[in-house]
Amino acid sequence: MQLNRDELLRAYRDMCLIRQFEERVHAEFATGDIPGFVHLYAGEEASAVGVCMDLTERDTIASTHRGHGHCIAKGCDVDGMMAEIYGRKSGLCGGKGGSMHIADLDRGMLGANGIVGGGAPLACGAALSAKTLKTGAVAVAFGGDGASNQGTTAEAMNLASVWRLPVIFVLEDNGYAESTASAWSVGGDPVKRAEGFGIPATRVDGHDFFAVHEAAREAVARARAGEGPSFLHLKLARYFGHFEGDGMTYRAPDEVARLRAEKDCLKLFRRKVSEAGLLEGAALDAIEGEVATLIEGAVRRAKADAMPEPADLLTDVYVSY
Amino acid sequence: MAKKSFRQAVNEALSQEMARDPRVIVMGEDVAGGLGAPGEDDAWGGPLGVTKGLMKQFGRERVLDTPITESGFIGAAAGAALTGLRPVADLMFVDFMGVCFDQIFNQAAKFKYMFGGKARTPLVIRTMYGGGFRAASQHSQCLYPLFTHIPGLKVAIPSSPYEAKGLLIQAIRDDDPVIFFEHKMLYDIEEEVPDEPYTLPFGEANLTREGDDVTIVAFGRMVMLANEAADRLAGEGIACTVIDPRTTSPLDIETILEEVRATGRLVVVDEAHPRCNMATDISAQIAERAFEALRAPIRMVVPPHTPVPFSPALEDIYLPSVAKIVDAVRAVMAGGRKAA
Ligand SMILES: Cc1ncc(C[n+]2csc(CCOP(=O)(O)OP(=O)(O)O)c2C)c(N)n1
Ligand SMILES: [Mg+2]
Repeated sequence: MQLNRDELLRAYRDMCLIRQFEERVHAEFATGDIPGFVHLYAGEEASAVGVCMDLTERDTIASTHRGHGHCIAKGCDVDGMMAEIYGRKSGLCGGKGGSMHIADLDRGMLGANGIVGGGAPLACGAALSAKTLKTGAVAVAFGGDGASNQGTTAEAMNLASVWRLPVIFVLEDNGYAESTASAWSVGGDPVKRAEGFGIPATRVDGHDFFAVHEAAREAVARARAGEGPSFLHLKLARYFGHFEGDGMTYRAPDEVARLRAEKDCLKLFRRKVSEAGLLEGAALDAIEGEVATLIEGAVRRAKADAMPEPADLLTDVYVSY
Repeated sequence: MAKKSFRQAVNEALSQEMARDPRVIVMGEDVAGGLGAPGEDDAWGGPLGVTKGLMKQFGRERVLDTPITESGFIGAAAGAALTGLRPVADLMFVDFMGVCFDQIFNQAAKFKYMFGGKARTPLVIRTMYGGGFRAASQHSQCLYPLFTHIPGLKVAIPSSPYEAKGLLIQAIRDDDPVIFFEHKMLYDIEEEVPDEPYTLPFGEANLTREGDDVTIVAFGRMVMLANEAADRLAGEGIACTVIDPRTTSPLDIETILEEVRATGRLVVVDEAHPRCNMATDISAQIAERAFEALRAPIRMVVPPHTPVPFSPALEDIYLPSVAKIVDAVRAVMAGGRKAA
C-alpha cells in the first residue's frame, strides 16, 4: 500500500462523508423537503474516492446524474452542495442547477450531468485543453453501465485514443441502468470494447478502495506521462433506488441487505487498515463523528438559507449579450 | 365511460392499438423494465409508469426495452417504420432529442419527400416535456417548436386525458412520423374518457371556451391554465374563447384566424422558450393575415429566454401561470397597455 497515514485518513473521511451525505439526503427527501430528481451514490464511494485520490485541483472530472460522490471526492464544499440540492441561493450553482447539475469549476468538477453519456466527450475536451496548454492536468470521465452503451461514450473513447488524450474513462458498473440489468444491456465485455479502441483497460473490484486506487494511480501516471487514455471497469453496487422514489422491485428482496453486509466499501476499508495495523478503530470512529457533525450543519444551514431572488432568474444566461 | 388519468388514457390507447394491429410495437428505455434483473419483470413501465402492464399483455417481442442508446433505437424505430412495423418509440424526456435528433429530422422526417413520395414512415415518438417538476434545465424543456420547424414531422400536444387517447390513436394510425408530447404535470389529471378506441383529427383545433371578447390560444398543459383564466375572467365580465390547436404541425391557423377576426384580440400562451416558438409563429401569421381585425396588440404569455431553473422559487416565476394569462387578457382589453 502506497498511502501514508494522512492519506488513509483522508480517504476514509471522504468515503464517510459521501455515505453520510447520501443517507441523510435519502432521509430528508422522504420528508418532502427536497425538490426534483435525486440519484444517490451510496455504495459506490470507493470509486469516486479511489479515482480522485491522486488528482489535484487542476485535474478535471466529468460526472453523471449520480454525482454527489464525485463532487465530494473532488473537494466540493458540502454546505454548498446541500444548499444546491435544496434550491437555495447559497448553493454551489445558486440554486439554478440542483442535484443533477452540481458543478464547481474551481475544483475541477465539470458538473453532474442530466444527460446519460453527456460527460465523456466533455472530459476529452478538458484533456485536450490540458494537452494543448501543457498544464500537465488529466481528465476523468465517470459513466455508468448504461452510459457505456451511448454513442457518445464510444466516440469519446476513439477520439481519446487517436488524439492520445490524458483522459481516464471510469465505468461505474453498478449492475443497473434504471431497472435494467447491465448483464442484459451491455453486449460483450466493456474491457474488450476499450481495448478495441486501443486503450489499456482493466477490470477492478469497485468495492475495494485499494484496488480502485491502485488502478487509478497507474492510469493517472500514464496520462501525465503523455501516454494517452486508460479505461477502468469497476464492478460495484448502489444501495438506494435509481432515483429517490424508486421501489426497486426489480432487485432481489435481500440484495441490498446482502451487499451492505458483505461488500460495503467502508467496512472493507476498515477491515483492511485494521488488519494491516495502519489505522486504529478509534481514529476511524472519530472521523465518523466529525463527518456526522458536518452533515448536520450542512442540512441545518441549507434549510435556513434564503431562496434565490426573482432577479436571479434572468442572470447567467450569457457572459454578455 | 369512466374517469381516467392522462397516464391511463395513454396506456389504454397503446394497449388498444397493439391489440388491433400486430405491427404496432413499443420500444424505449425501461418501457417494461427489469430486463436481466433478479426481481420483478415489468418493474417500471417507464420512469412515471405510463407503459406499465403492456409487456405482460403483449410480451417482450412487442414491448422492447432498449439499452440507453437513443440514437440507435430511435433510428431503428424509423427504419422499422419504413419497412413494415408501426413503432411507438419512447424518448422519455424530450430533452434527450439532443442525442438522437439526426435520426428524427434528417432521416425519418425526410424519407417521403427525398424519396419522391415513395416512403411511408408510420413512426410515433412519445416524449415527456414541460416544467413544474423541479427537474431543472435538462429535464424540463418543451422543444416542440424545434420539431414543428421540420417539414415532414407531425407534432401533437394533447391537453387532457380525453385528448391524449384520441390523438395518440390517430398518431399510431397515421402514416407520417408523429412526435407526441406528454406534459409530465398532466399524468395525474383525470376526466371522462371513453372505453372504446376513437381518434381525434390532426390539424383541427378544439375550442374549450367560447366568448366574444378575447381569443386565447394555448398548447398542452397551458390549455388547462387558459381555461382557468377564462373562467376567472368570466366573473369580471370578460368573455374568452380558448383554442387548443391540438397539433402544431399541421396547425389549424384558419380556426385561429376566424376567432381572432370575431374578437379582435389575441393572447397566445406557450410554455416553450420564447424565441421562435408557437406564440411568435401564430402572432406572425395573425399579424400578416388579420392585422386589420386586431383591436389591440397581440400579447404572448411565455417564459423568459433562460434555461429552466431548478429552484422552486425560480421555476414558479419562470413558468406561465393563470395570473399571467389573466393579466395579459386584461391588457388586451385595455387596448394593449400593460396591466399594472
Ligand atoms: C440521454 C439520456 N437518456 C436517458 C436518460 C434517463 N436516465 C437517467 S439515468 C439513467 C440510467 C443510467 O444508468 P447508468 O449509466 O448505469 O448509471 P447509474 O444510474 O446506474 O448510476 C437513465 C436511463 C437520461 N438522463 N439521458
Ligand atoms: Mg448503472
